[in-house]
Amino acid sequence: MRKQNPIIGLVFWSLVSFLTLFPIYWLFVISVKPAVQLFSTPDLWVTDPFWGNYAKVWGDRLLRSYMLNSIIISTGNAVLCTILGFFACYALSRFNMAGKESIFFWTITNRMAPPAVFLLPLFLLMTQVYTIGEWRLLDTRIGMILVYCTFNLPFAIWTLRPTLEGIPKELDEAAFVDGASPWQVITEVIFPLCRPGLAVTFILTWVFAWNEYLLAATLTNFNARTLTTGLSEYVTSTGTEWGIMATISVFTLIPALIVFSMVQKHIVAGLTFGAVKG
Amino acid sequence: MQSNRLGWILLAPTMVILFFFGVLPFVYVLWVSFHQWNPFAVDPTMVFNGADNFRKIVFDAAFLNSVGVTVMFVFFAVVSELIIGYFLAQAFMRDFPGKSFFRTIHTLPLIMAPIIVGSVWKLMMTPSIGIIPHYLNLWFGISVNIGTSPAAAFTTIVIMDIWHWTPLVTLTLIAALVSLPADPFEQAQIDGANKRQIFWHITLPMIAPAVVATVFIRLMDALRTVDEVWMLTGGGPGSATRFVGVHIFKEVFPKTNYGYGSTISVIVLYLTIVACWLLYVTMLAPRNSRKG
Repeated sequence: MRKQNPIIGLVFWSLVSFLTLFPIYWLFVISVKPAVQLFSTPDLWVTDPFWGNYAKVWGDRLLRSYMLNSIIISTGNAVLCTILGFFACYALSRFNMAGKESIFFWTITNRMAPPAVFLLPLFLLMTQVYTIGEWRLLDTRIGMILVYCTFNLPFAIWTLRPTLEGIPKELDEAAFVDGASPWQVITEVIFPLCRPGLAVTFILTWVFAWNEYLLAATLTNFNARTLTTGLSEYVTSTGTEWGIMATISVFTLIPALIVFSMVQKHIVAGLTFGAVKG
Repeated sequence: MQSNRLGWILLAPTMVILFFFGVLPFVYVLWVSFHQWNPFAVDPTMVFNGADNFRKIVFDAAFLNSVGVTVMFVFFAVVSELIIGYFLAQAFMRDFPGKSFFRTIHTLPLIMAPIIVGSVWKLMMTPSIGIIPHYLNLWFGISVNIGTSPAAAFTTIVIMDIWHWTPLVTLTLIAALVSLPADPFEQAQIDGANKRQIFWHITLPMIAPAVVATVFIRLMDALRTVDEVWMLTGGGPGSATRFVGVHIFKEVFPKTNYGYGSTISVIVLYLTIVACWLLYVTMLAPRNSRKG
């Protein structure tokens, strides 16, 4: 670790932070302006904030249910992807299964699909095939949790694999010699050792699920609608209610911020997507 | 060594989910890509037309243009993100007051939804109400209009992508730099190597796996960028920012040309997989298998 003049560092980082924060600040500025002021000359700051948009969004029961859906779907999806990804990576790192490298690469190809065209097959499958009697997967929270696995599960596997490869296999063997069952080895020996990697995987999959828009807009109508789709409902043919949209955006940002700050200290240690440390 | 059966059991849930929500929809799209089909027309029958869609795509100037625009976008965005991300990561390796505070701030764009990023940049860039064109004009006399200037729209999208995704690159590179051993650097300094030599001969080879991994994930995600671009420019002006994802969107929904849209998707997915696979087998896989 080198030392440098603290003033230069402070100036440099303040500048970087200004560039990083400005669009977020601007979002906030838009959210506290009444609609008529939006189309006048832009001012850098707001002298008398207008909280009407916040009152309106907070009082909207529909948006509150969207928020609850978003929280349930992204948390459910992140937990599912982290756990299944962990199991898959344990299998990939500990066993010599035929074709495991091909399977590893195949998982990530699911993340590469251009989303627009896959909406219709998913819609058809979820209305006509994945049904039990009257119940169908479309517009359900569990349906969205499973659909989001297509892009988050491969990501989880690719993020977690270096962590698991980095844990020596001798550790498993020692535990087996001590008479532990495979399940005990996985859950009690290996799982705790992967904590930084698991934390990073959880937070990033959570954020991806929280922010997803296109699939949620097509595959939900009412029961499982998420906050990002609620946002787009204010873009209408008669014009966009930018103030309301910015306010919902601010509301969308807050939970992501809370979840993100919880694992902030792990994030550097666990971020090694696909690369094994040399 | 334990029996492989346990390995397959652990892998099974992942494979089942990806089969039902990834493979089956893909098979359907592949099947549709050989048909002429408009599901919302008066006559929504699927007409098999062999490889016509695939033949058409080779001569489709709009599609080829969108591929070109996408490649340019991915190139400029990913290269800039790597350079800026590397310098920021190096800067974060030093000790300075408020380091973790600044790092937290720097990661904030990462948690924003693409659709929100698109809308806030639209609000900042729209002529007459946006703050950036306003001050550029007031202070420098430059007039920027993303609605009419293709170059301005394209540049804005590249800058927006850099703003949004550089934090991810910085974080991955910090993770790589933190894990480097100190000895080779000390040795090189004793031997009198200068900064540039240290970077090219020691730092870069050692962080190469992390750099390739970062390029891999950014390449993959940049190729399927839709939300932000759709929100900011809708692919315009003209076709300046009509990336393949946006092109498919425009081809499928307004024109309801489902068969042809599926063909484009199949081709785009194929090209993406080939590009990523080449990157993977040449750069990442050898290192991983040498280790294991």
